[in-house]
Amino acid sequence: MAEPQNPPQDDQPLLVAEHLGKNYGRLIACRDVSFALYSGEVLAVVGESGSGKSTLLQLLSAQLAPSAGRVSYRMRDGVLRDLASLGEAERRFLFRTDWGYVHQDSAQGLRMAVSAGANVGERLMAVGWNHYGRIRDSASSWLERVEIDTARIDDAPRTYSGGMRQRLQIARNLVTEPRLVFMDEPTGGLDVSVQARLLDLMRNLVSELGLAAIVVTHDLAVARLLSHRVMVMKGGRVIETGLTDQVLDDPREPYTQLLVSSILPA
Amino acid sequence: MNAPAYNFAYLDEQTKRMIRRAILKAIAIPGYQVPFASREMPMPYGWGTGGVQVTAAILGPQDVLKVIDQGSDDTTNAISIRKFFGKTAGVATTTSTADATVIQTRHRIPEAPLHAGQVLVYQVPIPEPLRFLEPRETETRRMHALGEYGLMHVKLYEDIARFGHIATSYAYPVKVNARYVMDPSPTPKFDNPKMDKCPALQLFGAGREKRIYAIPPHTHVVSLDFEDHPFTRYRFDAPCALCGAGNSYLDEIVTDDKGGRMFVCSDTDYCEARQMAGHRGSESAAPHEESAHG
Repeated sequence: MAEPQNPPQDDQPLLVAEHLGKNYGRLIACRDVSFALYSGEVLAVVGESGSGKSTLLQLLSAQLAPSAGRVSYRMRDGVLRDLASLGEAERRFLFRTDWGYVHQDSAQGLRMAVSAGANVGERLMAVGWNHYGRIRDSASSWLERVEIDTARIDDAPRTYSGGMRQRLQIARNLVTEPRLVFMDEPTGGLDVSVQARLLDLMRNLVSELGLAAIVVTHDLAVARLLSHRVMVMKGGRVIETGLTDQVLDDPREPYTQLLVSSILPA
Repeated sequence: MNAPAYNFAYLDEQTKRMIRRAILKAIAIPGYQVPFASREMPMPYGWGTGGVQVTAAILGPQDVLKVIDQGSDDTTNAISIRKFFGKTAGVATTTSTADATVIQTRHRIPEAPLHAGQVLVYQVPIPEPLRFLEPRETETRRMHALGEYGLMHVKLYEDIARFGHIATSYAYPVKVNARYVMDPSPTPKFDNPKMDKCPALQLFGAGREKRIYAIPPHTHVVSLDFEDHPFTRYRFDAPCALCGAGNSYLDEIVTDDKGGRMFVCSDTDYCEARQMAGHRGSESAAPHEESAHG
């Protein structure tokens, strides 16, 4: 994998989770999760269904309030701030400028009834771009970067295939040059060849832009291709964490060994 | 005069107080949609139940009422609402824009400039400008609260991408007092500039959606646009066939089944006043000559 072109300027973490927990009444979805994410780093969160992966992602992206612990994020001015202390306006601004969120179901992440160009341009217009020509140029250059034919810029995403929709979601998120992207099962529901193409694209973009990313997936192949580090979750806890090749090739915990050995041989 | 079975102007006094409180709040926060407990009115939704309630709440015995529907004083909706208040409030009614103190309108702002002391009451079907892009009311309220209006430009972007220009021709979104984005009700965008710094008070009532909003006199109202696709007014490129006016908003009237059509002022009071003053259009000398087109 290519070295990031924009290596982090310093060794301050971008996102810090401390003893993060979430319970719904007596049901514990997530407990005592702590880690630090540095800029340019891709972290995969793997585990079976119900292990708390998606809850963790929602806690990290401030869509859910944690029951315990806290999440801090280093803003563009370099100050590390507790997400719970941000006002709603600041949080939403962060969400549409400095962060991206790629949903598994593209219908949640896209506006299906408006054109691809407007989908990509929405974030720009939200931060005050007021020049149609420039918005459109930016949208079409992003469509090119995610390998969507620019002739389809005026088509609504509902006329797109599943793989194109995911690539459009990525373009829509990256247009404001975020520093951190959350991805929830980005390749879920796609067939294998489309998955491969999408993964290849994401890997290139992440390294070109020096993005940090947190990828939730149950597919260990996705984790292996995209991520630098892996966190394995079970029953709401992180049971193992480490470098991707180390965890996947030399798993320590019995559960991780089971996960790794349950991949069907190619 | 006042039919004994009715309170003055139909609504009971408690209801009027409730509506007036909503109106005062709306005036205090220009462009903000104030919820109110809209009542059942003796007319179907979509016929101006919101406008009628606002009018009933502000009407006094000395007021002179004018009601227009698409600019016209003589359509069913306009006549029945005018008669309704003639009967239940006994107020004087007029068709003259200049003489009226309260003007209830559907889809137009009169051509004659409004003056201080007048109140323009709009009938509004859908008060939420973001509705067709964001269906969740909880979300649109949050967007208004935080001033997140990027989505409004998405709609304009779509217009340009599809038609090459901003094709929205009515209910064209405006920003009021540099804060709230507002739907000016389905008035043609030709009328948008008239809302800016208007000396009259403008009140908007949406009966089904239970919202009241307002533009106080002399408030800045700006139509949204792009730098490279600025807001433009639109009118048919023709003079009025009856009064020859070259600057009024025109209705297109189909006169036969062979493609014959004429353009006349949509504001009937404005058109008639001009004709009285001696202005003539191409069709006004012989208005019954439709057969000549054949």
